[in-house]
Amino acid sequence: MDKKIRVLVAKPGLDGHDRGAKVVARGLRDAGMEVIYLGLRLTPEQIVDSAIQEDVDVVGLSCLSGAHMALLPKTASLLREKGGKDILVVAGGIVPSKDIPQLTKAGIARVFGPGTPIAEIANSIRTTLEGKKR
Amino acid sequence: MAEDKKAKEMTERKREFRTTVDGILVKRVYTPADVESAPEQIGLPGEYPFTRHIMPTGYRGRLWTMRQYAGFGTVEETNERFKYLYKQGQTGFSVAFHLPTQEGYDSDHPLAAGEVGKCGVAIDSLRNMERLWEGIPLAEVSTSMTINATAPIILAMYIAAAEKQGADKSKLNGTVQNDILKEYIARNTYIFGPTPSMRLVTDICAYCAEAMPQWNSISISGYHMREAGATAAQEAAFTLANGIAYVQAMIDRGMEVDSFAPRFSFFFAAYTNVLEEVAKFRALRRIWAKIMKERFGTTNPRSMMLRYHVQTDGFTLTAQQPLNNIVRVTLQALAAVLGGCQSLHTNSFDEALALPSEEAVQVALRTQQIIAEESGVADTVDPLGGSYFVECLTNQLEVKIMEYIAEIDKIGGALKAIEKGYVQREIANSAYDYQKAVDSGEQVVVGVNKYVAAGEEMPETLEIGEETEVRQVESLRRLRRERDNKKVREMLDRVFTVARSDENVMPAMIEAVKAYATVGEISDALRKAFGEYREPSIL
Repeated sequence: MDKKIRVLVAKPGLDGHDRGAKVVARGLRDAGMEVIYLGLRLTPEQIVDSAIQEDVDVVGLSCLSGAHMALLPKTASLLREKGGKDILVVAGGIVPSKDIPQLTKAGIARVFGPGTPIAEIANSIRTTLEGKKR
Repeated sequence: MAEDKKAKEMTERKREFRTTVDGILVKRVYTPADVESAPEQIGLPGEYPFTRHIMPTGYRGRLWTMRQYAGFGTVEETNERFKYLYKQGQTGFSVAFHLPTQEGYDSDHPLAAGEVGKCGVAIDSLRNMERLWEGIPLAEVSTSMTINATAPIILAMYIAAAEKQGADKSKLNGTVQNDILKEYIARNTYIFGPTPSMRLVTDICAYCAEAMPQWNSISISGYHMREAGATAAQEAAFTLANGIAYVQAMIDRGMEVDSFAPRFSFFFAAYTNVLEEVAKFRALRRIWAKIMKERFGTTNPRSMMLRYHVQTDGFTLTAQQPLNNIVRVTLQALAAVLGGCQSLHTNSFDEALALPSEEAVQVALRTQQIIAEESGVADTVDPLGGSYFVECLTNQLEVKIMEYIAEIDKIGGALKAIEKGYVQREIANSAYDYQKAVDSGEQVVVGVNKYVAAGEEMPETLEIGEETEVRQVESLRRLRRERDNKKVREMLDRVFTVARSDENVMPAMIEAVKAYATVGEISDALRKAFGEYREPSIL
């Protein structure tokens, strides 16, 4: 059997709206992944350090405060710098669609908007990771 | 009965009907048999237990306050939006502060990077607060401020700004949210632990009871719990349990209940299930009146009246087919009005995408105005009173709410229940159940899991540019150069000393903000006195 996919879910910045992050964390766990929920009010540095220490396959970031353009690319680039360049970074929250191309360029593989079913998030993570292995 | 038999043979489109996910089971039809004890329980508007309305005239006397929540970017931009809304017929202000202000950081703090002016207006000092209200006479308007952990600082700034305009603080009208308990349950803008936080909350309530008799010293809020996933009954129960904790805390500091309880106010959400929401509001009024009378022994009707603001529900708004949100907001606002709110905020249809645009804000406000002026529902008090279904649902919700309150009493009160994670866990479970119901299609969300449209175009949304942060940080640094820093130091020391004593912090806060000490500096003085809180991880 394959090793379980390890996911770190975290909220960068000061936004306290954690319903989505918690629901997704629990949903991914129910979908058979190993989930570490890091909680809220974190700096990109704290998130990256934990991701590397915990040796995760995926980092899921949630942001609803509008600070996504400052916080998400920074987290992705720090991750690359600190040796976590194979870690898949995905995001969720309130992100206007026009910001998505720039986030993709910055290394955020997918942005899951409001209303995305959890199964879709889980499938997307699985398929991307399998694609990477090949 | 022959007819009943006939009905039984007819198929229905669902096996069972419920108000909401895990909500109350809804019967095919309701009759007088479902509301046996109704007459005494129902009563009349303006009469104990106020099930039908707190006032005998309802909206026939005065419409609810139309209070749109607004704030973004710098004080100049927000001041302009305020004036725009006022011109459009808004009747009360409601300020959204950006997260650094809410969590006690100045705009140049590393944690504030990227957040400045994003989900609210940036306020670092009294200088910003003065500019926010330029051209708006604070002696005449009513203002609500969504601020909790830093409420003493922001209220102090508001008082100082109003006095500079020449207003008499004893005549100021408005609300400061000042409800820290729900921050540990949902929303998460706490700074200190529950015990020192409760002390700050009661400092404000005690100060207002004495110096600001027209000011609502707290707005005990269930809205954010609902947003976090609570059911209608959980929202109502956990809010009332927090209300009980605040009343008890005030009594414990030696205050007489009727000296502060008339200024306690509440804040709830309205979801799209109209009749369940109406029943929730009616049950809430009735339970609070009973609690105040039976548990706290008040005889003053004003202390028993549950006065509340409603916001339509942000979580139910969809990014898909955003114009549908106008309909959702209309139904939710209708529920709020049929339920008897004193004040209402209607959300803008683009809020699942970004901060609201001016056009979306206008439609949201017009929604309230159409309900008020065209629908006719505001022309009689509690128009749904006596409906077999609504009365039955009100009674059923009352039972459910009281069960939760009894459970929290058993744990040892709201503070203990929060510390143990009970409340957070109940809400997290409901949030997860809801998501599963949506994912499975059992809970229909139009445009998301049914009637889905392909290839949608997104509307134009409001954007806060990076220059906001640059300008805000520059003006903050200018302030630090221009003010009397020796005086600031003295005032901050004073705040620290008072925080360590039993003295009310408000007078020292007012002096500190007048010397232009910043939100971050005053919060640091309090951090030094109280320490900081880390949340227990509850999934």
